Amino acid sequence: MSAGNMRLTLKVWRQSNTNTQGGFENYNLDGVSPDMSFLEMFDILNEQLIEENKEPVAFDHDCREGICGMCSMFINGQPHGPLKGVTTCQLHMRSFQDGDTITVEPWRAGAFPVIKDLVVDRDGFDRIISAGGFVSVNTGNAQDANNLPIAKEDADDAFSAAACIGCGACVAACKNASAMLFVSAKISQLALLPQGQAERSIRAEKMVAQMDAEGFGNCTNTHACSAECPKEISFENIARMNREYLGAKVSSKAV
Amino acid sequence: MATSSRLDAKIPQGSLEDKWEKYKSSVPLVNPANKRNIEVIVVGTGLAGASAAATLAEMGYKVKAFCFQDSPRRAHSIAAQGGINAAKNYQNDGDSVHRLFYDTIKGGDYRSREANVHRLAEVSGNIIDQCVAQGVPFAREYGGLLSNRSFGGVQVQRTFYAAGQTGQQLLLGAYSGLQRQVGMGTITMYNRHEMLDVVKIDGKCRGIIARNLITGELERHSAHAVLLCTGGYGNVFYLSTNAMGSNVTAAWKAHKRGAFFANPCFTQIHPTCIPVSGEHQSKLTLMSESLRNDGRIWVPKKQNDTRAGNAIPEDERDYYLERRYPAFGNLVPRDIASRAAKERCDAGYGVGTSKLAVFLDFSAAFHRYGQGEANKNNITNASESQILEWGKAVVKEKYGNLFDMYKQITGEDPYEVPMRIYPAVHYTMGGLWVDYNLMTTVPGLYSLGEANFSDHGANRLGASALMQGLADGYFVIPITVGAYLAGEIRTGHISTDHEAFVKTEKEVKDRIEKLISIQGNTSPELFHRRLGKIMWDKCGMGRNEKGLKEAIVEIRALREEFWKDVKVMGKIGDFNPELDKANRVADFIELGELMCIDALTRNESCGGHFREEYQTEEGEALRDDENFMFVSAWEHIDSEKWELHKEDLVYDNIKIAQRSYK
Repeated sequence: MSAGNMRLTLKVWRQSNTNTQGGFENYNLDGVSPDMSFLEMFDILNEQLIEENKEPVAFDHDCREGICGMCSMFINGQPHGPLKGVTTCQLHMRSFQDGDTITVEPWRAGAFPVIKDLVVDRDGFDRIISAGGFVSVNTGNAQDANNLPIAKEDADDAFSAAACIGCGACVAACKNASAMLFVSAKISQLALLPQGQAERSIRAEKMVAQMDAEGFGNCTNTHACSAECPKEISFENIARMNREYLGAKVSSKAV
Repeated sequence: MATSSRLDAKIPQGSLEDKWEKYKSSVPLVNPANKRNIEVIVVGTGLAGASAAATLAEMGYKVKAFCFQDSPRRAHSIAAQGGINAAKNYQNDGDSVHRLFYDTIKGGDYRSREANVHRLAEVSGNIIDQCVAQGVPFAREYGGLLSNRSFGGVQVQRTFYAAGQTGQQLLLGAYSGLQRQVGMGTITMYNRHEMLDVVKIDGKCRGIIARNLITGELERHSAHAVLLCTGGYGNVFYLSTNAMGSNVTAAWKAHKRGAFFANPCFTQIHPTCIPVSGEHQSKLTLMSESLRNDGRIWVPKKQNDTRAGNAIPEDERDYYLERRYPAFGNLVPRDIASRAAKERCDAGYGVGTSKLAVFLDFSAAFHRYGQGEANKNNITNASESQILEWGKAVVKEKYGNLFDMYKQITGEDPYEVPMRIYPAVHYTMGGLWVDYNLMTTVPGLYSLGEANFSDHGANRLGASALMQGLADGYFVIPITVGAYLAGEIRTGHISTDHEAFVKTEKEVKDRIEKLISIQGNTSPELFHRRLGKIMWDKCGMGRNEKGLKEAIVEIRALREEFWKDVKVMGKIGDFNPELDKANRVADFIELGELMCIDALTRNESCGGHFREEYQTEEGEALRDDENFMFVSAWEHIDSEKWELHKEDLVYDNIKIAQRSYK
């Protein structure tokens, strides 16, 4: 099964760095196997470019098992490509046809500047977590883990929200480049658990404030984010975040 | 035998149960005002690094943390699936600190240090408490209490989990602690930075040289202590379950600056991974060991059987683990399960197109769980297909993400056909030698988590890597680092203008310039593949003297070729992943040689190290306790030259036996 026979035309965004203008380059690629992952197809493209003494395409990737959130390709107009609930690294070439032309771009958002080619800067997400996406508990202060029972449904819902991999596909999918699905997933996880209650209000206020400061857009309820999310994070989280935020603002003492 | 005078493990006196408690109450402390003036560098932000950085910052130290990924949340701990062990005994099934300690020593085939492992077992319960307090959503029972499952090599249920994403949830917990400190200004975070050397002044580690991977600039960072939490070196095999970026560079640079490298040949081959599908393969994907709670492993009884799994009747299936190891069955430790799979495939019983695979089958579990659901709902006349549907729903809740991943990668639906699996490189028990304080042989330079060698001997038990990473970071290093830093309160800020920084930076710069100036014909990727093939064929699941000697010659030739013929595209002062890769592959090649030397020196089989010359009649690993009950700690002397130092392993508290899971 190793030697494949798919032929593809790739239209790939190339950009030297943040400050230069980018553009599309076309590449023809032969010998693609349907069993390859999308990134393995890019490995082959890069080996071909190196052979031709051209600079390989820079793209972010690490675990290649759909969990680290590093890979981030905008494929034929969809973040992570055509399949639902699948990251770029888990997308396989059997989802494409021989002879296809595939367009690959970086995430497009003002708050995610392009570093090079398909690589973008997502540091804004880390700063949003730093603003309040945690429970303030120092190591060594914890009581026995079973002292506080948590209803299974609450734990399961919190887990579903916590499954977010922070890849930024929600931002890339949104016409407003909104980060609300990402932010609401963390706010929801901690709002659903008893451990998150003490800082519940201040967390919502601070994380939303930081989200705005980063330049992410607002939500206009198109649901593109959750439709394209590789972990299928529910849109309900945004509703919950709005509730949390409103509740916090009504009684706000800070921010 | 006697332990080398160069190795002092600094194990506290007293009985095993009291060592850590007594140590904690007598270790020197650093007062809060002094902590503010003491800087600590943490390299790597996986479970060990993130938890250490967060905790040290909470205590008041000034911390700088580094990761090569674009965010600390991406470290490969995130991919750990099955769970984390802790001796909580919540299931009332007879678990205890001693039992976890004993299982770990035995699982490691009696090649780990008693005192370290006991401490690990002692703090294991605190880890779960800490994670729950952070809001880590572990799986729970309907009563609201935490749920547990079993892992290999163990007869109790002590594994805590969050679906098949336990590593993700634990890492995000540690990451949230880290980011909280970043927000408070106590940690400075350096994303997309790679450590390329250690700086020593007067014999002490005083900082690092790091490369900003976006701009290509080299940076000098000084500190009173440096913690390497940089993970394992499984990618020396090219194909492994590690992330693409996982590398040995930080540990290897430390090694070349005087840190001894311990047991490099102890690598773990995980039995249940998705088989290789072709030449293009860039990495392998694990199917969690937790699946062996419910999945049964088998091959056809007939050789070269080409029928599909479902077409093979029950009485023509060989459940070889249940047959060979009735006491532990499908839950034998990883080294044993891997070798057993290889044995069946080599003997011609493998399945799939490559014949290098065995079946992992859930049909019995679907039936069992489905029947359970029917019983729970008082349904007595359910049809077989209804029962299977219900059973599949239960399995989906437990392992849904793993089944989805399998389907996505192979194109086959594991709810309908048995999974095909084969062993793959997963974890490295070897690593930098550390003493009880987790300090390497270089004063001020520490190593935590998978990067050190300390707790897993020759084979790690499932769900123990997460436990060790967090134990080291949350509960061990915050205490033990005080023993050293208490002596550093008068040092003051360390200037990066010191000649040692200048000289080390120059050496790093020269190497990078050399890499890019060669402009040969072969990409770093192709060198990496060739190295991986040598390692897998000759230093993989089975090793022998002839193969290892050949491998050493081949690797030396490969290294020479690399430095003449590597082709690195792009520029130095630029975002350049090819250059990053070339740097890492160069270090992997050197490590590969040492691994083969270590494997050749250890004339016994133990755990994951299986020397074909040393096996029992039944094909089990044959240890030689009389001659090899020691830790091999290698000192780097020069290119192709190492000196072996031995640390004797002393077992005062448990009886040494041949490991049996029958």
